[in-house]
Amino acid sequence: MGIAFWGYFMSRTGVLAVLAVSLGLAAPAVAQEKLKVGFIYVGPVGDFGWSYQHDEGRKAIEKAFPGRVETTFIESVPEADSERSIEQLARTGHKLIFTTSFGYMEPTLKVAKKYPNVMFEHATGFKRDKNVATYSAKFHEGRFIIGKIAGKMTKTNTLGYVGAMPIPEVIAGINAFYLGAKSVNPDVKIKIAWANAWFDPGKEGDAAKALLDQGADIITQHTDSPAPLQQASARGKLAFGQASDMTRFAPNHILTSIIDDWAPYYVERTRAVLEGKWQSQDVFDGLAKGKVKMGPYVNMPDEVKKLAEETEAALKSGKIDAFMCPVVAQDGKTVECKGGDRLTDEQVVGMNFYVQGIEGTIPK
Amino acid sequence: MEMLPFILATVFTAATPLLIAALGEHVTERAGVLNLGVEGMMIVGAATGFAAAVLTDSSVFGIIAGALAGMALSAVFALMVLVFATNQVATGLALTIMGLGLAGLIGQGFVGQPRAAIPPVQIPLLSEIPVLGKAIFTGDFVFFLSLGLIAFVAWGLNRTRFGLLLRAVGESHGSAHALGLPVKRIRLVAILFGGLLAGLAGAYLSLIYTRFWSPGMSAGRGWIALALVVFAGGHVWRLVLGAYLFGGITVAQLHAQAGAIGLPSQFLSALPYLMTIAALLFLSISGRKGAGAAGSLGQPFVPER
Repeated sequence: MGIAFWGYFMSRTGVLAVLAVSLGLAAPAVAQEKLKVGFIYVGPVGDFGWSYQHDEGRKAIEKAFPGRVETTFIESVPEADSERSIEQLARTGHKLIFTTSFGYMEPTLKVAKKYPNVMFEHATGFKRDKNVATYSAKFHEGRFIIGKIAGKMTKTNTLGYVGAMPIPEVIAGINAFYLGAKSVNPDVKIKIAWANAWFDPGKEGDAAKALLDQGADIITQHTDSPAPLQQASARGKLAFGQASDMTRFAPNHILTSIIDDWAPYYVERTRAVLEGKWQSQDVFDGLAKGKVKMGPYVNMPDEVKKLAEETEAALKSGKIDAFMCPVVAQDGKTVECKGGDRLTDEQVVGMNFYVQGIEGTIPK
Repeated sequence: MEMLPFILATVFTAATPLLIAALGEHVTERAGVLNLGVEGMMIVGAATGFAAAVLTDSSVFGIIAGALAGMALSAVFALMVLVFATNQVATGLALTIMGLGLAGLIGQGFVGQPRAAIPPVQIPLLSEIPVLGKAIFTGDFVFFLSLGLIAFVAWGLNRTRFGLLLRAVGESHGSAHALGLPVKRIRLVAILFGGLLAGLAGAYLSLIYTRFWSPGMSAGRGWIALALVVFAGGHVWRLVLGAYLFGGITVAQLHAQAGAIGLPSQFLSALPYLMTIAALLFLSISGRKGAGAAGSLGQPFVPER
């Protein structure tokens, strides 16, 4: 009850902010027709993780096209109640709208149908339309690397993973992390705790503590705040940063961070709209294109660092992949190998099974 | 078993902000004022507390500043509902919305700054007791303060003259006024106390629970505190029980997940709320009638002249 209330008011205040912004811009817009670009964020801009990185992308657009674009964002929009926030942007003259969380998929498609002249870009989704493009990043490449590091660095052979929501993107990340760890340490085990929220620092931290209490000595996370990293550090345990470089939160206990860099993509897509060349598409790239970057490898012996760097280089060149065949699912069945020697992007984007060796079931 | 103290400590940290905020709101509601702005006061306390701690490089000062900021916001609420006799529900909701915005503004320059932990307090001898000693007698100082606040509120409401007057004002402000009690002044004290504690709970979030500031970090805890007050039905002990039960289940469900016991995590996440509803039902079915909210709760007081 409480959370729903909160979400309601957060989105309300967000809408008010947009109203204020759009009213304020009404006058100068007459003089010069600027392209209005809108963003919907699932967390606050200040989460210093996921939404923060998207906002860096928004700022990059403003910098790349000075005087030609106007950007607006609505932050902390609950996924279940995002439709009116998206529509709000569409109605107030935004011609390009980025909706930056998996749960915005259906609402985005729904609003897109009503506004055929507005172009939408939905992050991490798999459904497209004439005016809805999708884009995502191969975060699982980074997770494969940190899996290898964790597998080498663990002393208890138990790794803790704080998950947000049981969606394919997160499942694929867990699998990649586990496969990476197992490739260097066959005895490694993984424990998973779901926060069922993208952003709730208190709960994320509690989940990390529960995992540490259960014997995990390395923590990684697929939620948006630095709380799990910080809690691990408070107990003298190692952890990873997520979405942005989180070194400052635990300089002595961070191993590395997986960094999302949306800026080049956002600039490219805005340019496409300005030049009238925008088309619906699906883009899924990672280390190779720089959409996924790795933070500095620290607090680890040189040999582990070398292993991480080699893995990163091999992934970048395409020589290896997080999901090289054969991939065996939890139930012992080998997954059909559709991409030659590795799984295809579609198989990764729609991943809904744990690989063999992970205990527990995916919450449905 | 050696992890039990850790688990208990996690439960106490998770429950402490809820407990503190709920204690404050409990006093406010006993005086007949419903302040739905707990979430707003809490988040302003979190932002101000963190900002003050960074600026002065003192977490203790930050916690004091956070508490005072919560109180300042409650003073705005008091002005509205006591002087202008506005609708308490609407004013409280407005306070939450304002608080969320204001907190973002206050914390703007402090997003993403880390902060060192406050060293835990160890009570000599008692902390040597196996299992419980380590969990209860080693903690942050606000946790100990919260134990003191429980005693203070219970004693203050039930054993002092002021507590009696406060409850009388809450039960029937008309009668209290007729008897010559300063209704508004007593309510002002209750509202400010509620704000002080909500702010303290907020500062606990940003300086002890998770040591950074981020907008929206209270994540609905103010609303849970409000629910706990309903759950308490006028009894401080029930409020304490509710807070620790809620914290306990929250942490237990995370352990259940990490231990892969095979229940859906969405169900486990909803469990604390389901348990709260179940406990409320149980209390209202088995409980005595008449116990619960104060008689004049939520009604604006406009004395006849």
